[in-house]
Amino acid sequence: MSTARRGGVGTPLKYLALLGYLVFLAFPLAWLASTALKTPREMASLDPTWIPRHPTLANFAEAFREQNLTQSAGNSLLVALTAAVLTVLLALPAAYALVRFRSVLNKLALAWVLVSQVFPFILVIIPLFMILKQLDLVNTRGGLILVYLTFNLPFALWMLQGYVRGVPKELEEAASVDGAGRLRVLRTVVAPLLAPGVVATFLFAFISSWNEFMFALVLLKDPDLATLPLTLVRFTGADGVARLGPLAAAALLATIPSLALFAVIQRRLTAGLLAGAVKG
Amino acid sequence: MQRRTLLAVVPAALVAAGTAGCSSGSSDGPVTLRFLSLAWQKESIAANKKLVAEWNKKNPKIQVKYVQGSWDNVHDQLVTAFEGGDAPDVIHDESPDIAGFAAQNYLQDLTDLLPSALKNDISAQSWDTVKFAGGGIYGVPFLQESQIFVANRKLLQQAKVRIPTVDAPWTWDEYAEVCRKLTVKGKQYGVAWPLSAPVNKVLNLSLNFDGTFFGTSGGKTTVHVGDNEKQVLRRIHDQLWVDHSADPATVGMKGADPLPAFFAGKYAMVPAGVYFRQQVVQGAPKGFDWVTIPPLKGTSQHQGATSQTLSIPADGKNQKQAMQFISFLLNGPNQATLALGDWLVPTSKEAAKDPRLTTTKDDWNVATASQQNLVVAPYLKVDGFDEWKTKVATPAMQQYFNNKISLDALATKLVKDGNEVLKRYQK
Repeated sequence: MSTARRGGVGTPLKYLALLGYLVFLAFPLAWLASTALKTPREMASLDPTWIPRHPTLANFAEAFREQNLTQSAGNSLLVALTAAVLTVLLALPAAYALVRFRSVLNKLALAWVLVSQVFPFILVIIPLFMILKQLDLVNTRGGLILVYLTFNLPFALWMLQGYVRGVPKELEEAASVDGAGRLRVLRTVVAPLLAPGVVATFLFAFISSWNEFMFALVLLKDPDLATLPLTLVRFTGADGVARLGPLAAAALLATIPSLALFAVIQRRLTAGLLAGAVKG
Repeated sequence: MQRRTLLAVVPAALVAAGTAGCSSGSSDGPVTLRFLSLAWQKESIAANKKLVAEWNKKNPKIQVKYVQGSWDNVHDQLVTAFEGGDAPDVIHDESPDIAGFAAQNYLQDLTDLLPSALKNDISAQSWDTVKFAGGGIYGVPFLQESQIFVANRKLLQQAKVRIPTVDAPWTWDEYAEVCRKLTVKGKQYGVAWPLSAPVNKVLNLSLNFDGTFFGTSGGKTTVHVGDNEKQVLRRIHDQLWVDHSADPATVGMKGADPLPAFFAGKYAMVPAGVYFRQQVVQGAPKGFDWVTIPPLKGTSQHQGATSQTLSIPADGKNQKQAMQFISFLLNGPNQATLALGDWLVPTSKEAAKDPRLTTTKDDWNVATASQQNLVVAPYLKVDGFDEWKTKVATPAMQQYFNNKISLDALATKLVKDGNEVLKRYQK
């Protein structure tokens, strides 16, 4: 356990730096919110303001009226949640096995993780499309989930390995000496200690899938299946011209689930990230 | 063994749960066409959806499913769809993009599918924008964009300059003189040229002086930059750096970026495509009085044009039905509706006569009349143009418009480096 030092000249400066960093991080979101509440006239003003002079919800109404945002959000939620759950379910036992049963596989797994991150999406997208077409999985949420799972898995595995290494093997041995079977050891000793790591990995997989655009664009043909990123891009035109009001309103709404998820599991996430970092 | 089975089955079951009820499936009933539309403006989306609904009501055996795409990603989306044999039945795109797809045999030559009414209603110059690969027609052109200026009428009136009309346009010399009059040192510029993507704009406008930039001889296409090609380049440059009637700060800007300063009276004019009027109508402060300046005249008012297009994939299973739908969507009245929605000019002769497109409201009369000046952009038929544009012309023109190199140095780069690029594309 550590004790925090209090007082001194450094502390206010640290808080000031922290405040500055928070402002820096919050700036895009705050500007997004401000834009979402402005009229087109105010957006084209040479004198931009943080607080809209004539706040309006018209952009939100327009975004909902023109695009099926609710349905897209539902699609995104289903795809991202399923992909995240599957990623954790597959990566967790794999990470445990790679850490506890050391073999040449460990190095291969690490190589796999690194190699999988090297290929640009655009290089694999056509072969992937054709494979999924053979499997009749194009234009289905299942196909998209499978793709997200495939692309999330290597990094998730790498992340979870760090957390598994952080769990002392002696704890498992002690439980075994006390008569617990392997499954019971995993359930009652290992699983609770890995919970923060699982949460962090789940969140990584969820956000990666929630934000992904290119695969969804290529694989989903039916507008009823569109995920949120596909719907958001419909507010942009050629040459970078966009309908900023509805786009900002829709983008703001699209960030809410991620923010809510962060808010709910923030404590566990912080613990998980620290555990992985210190003991990895 | 059981554990292994469980590990395999659980993910599969979850994937199946995600899949359940969401595959598009097929039916033995009426034909269903997928129509990939790139409409993105509010009015345009509404117009497209309305016309699709109208078609579906009248044609129960040929149903159309409206699928909205986006201009930024349509190329990647289509490449994958073509390669995978799963392209939409009706594809909205633009002529520069379909040139490549036509060369790769992804698109159907529509020559034998086109009904004569549709063929005759669209002007010959518009058809030229979609003829590729041995003269085949690979799309139906329906919307085009001409280059105009949007001006602050009050500032023009204060400067006591003649406001041009369709019948009496400004010449480039007159325009330059007006810009000088409209410039008040340190306070106001005659014009703002947003030139972050200068190539197409310069090439399209250079036809005012017969500047084509490309020539083909003996089957080989090469770049040439002579006096004709230098005219527009020099005139824009001189406004920026000799007359100081154009603000150099806007050189790095994109199309709509100067709008706030235009509304604030800092710029008297902004050059743009005709669609720009929509941005002005939507964003202008109350009481802001604006006017559309018709295309300028050099030796002619000709401008290079490309077209928005509707195409049919070469392996499309319902090509006849797709063409029936296209014919409906692009008939005179419907094309006028689409043009209104996108604030562009129609290729249909009948649509051009539609009262909604000849009204003085929002200067539709000026915009629609400008279509007569459009001719096929010479670069449209040049293999390797995209690479020339990206690697050679864009950086070189940006240097020139930033006053970093001379016009002769620019010409040398465009020709010498450009021909190296084009050489690789010669068959």
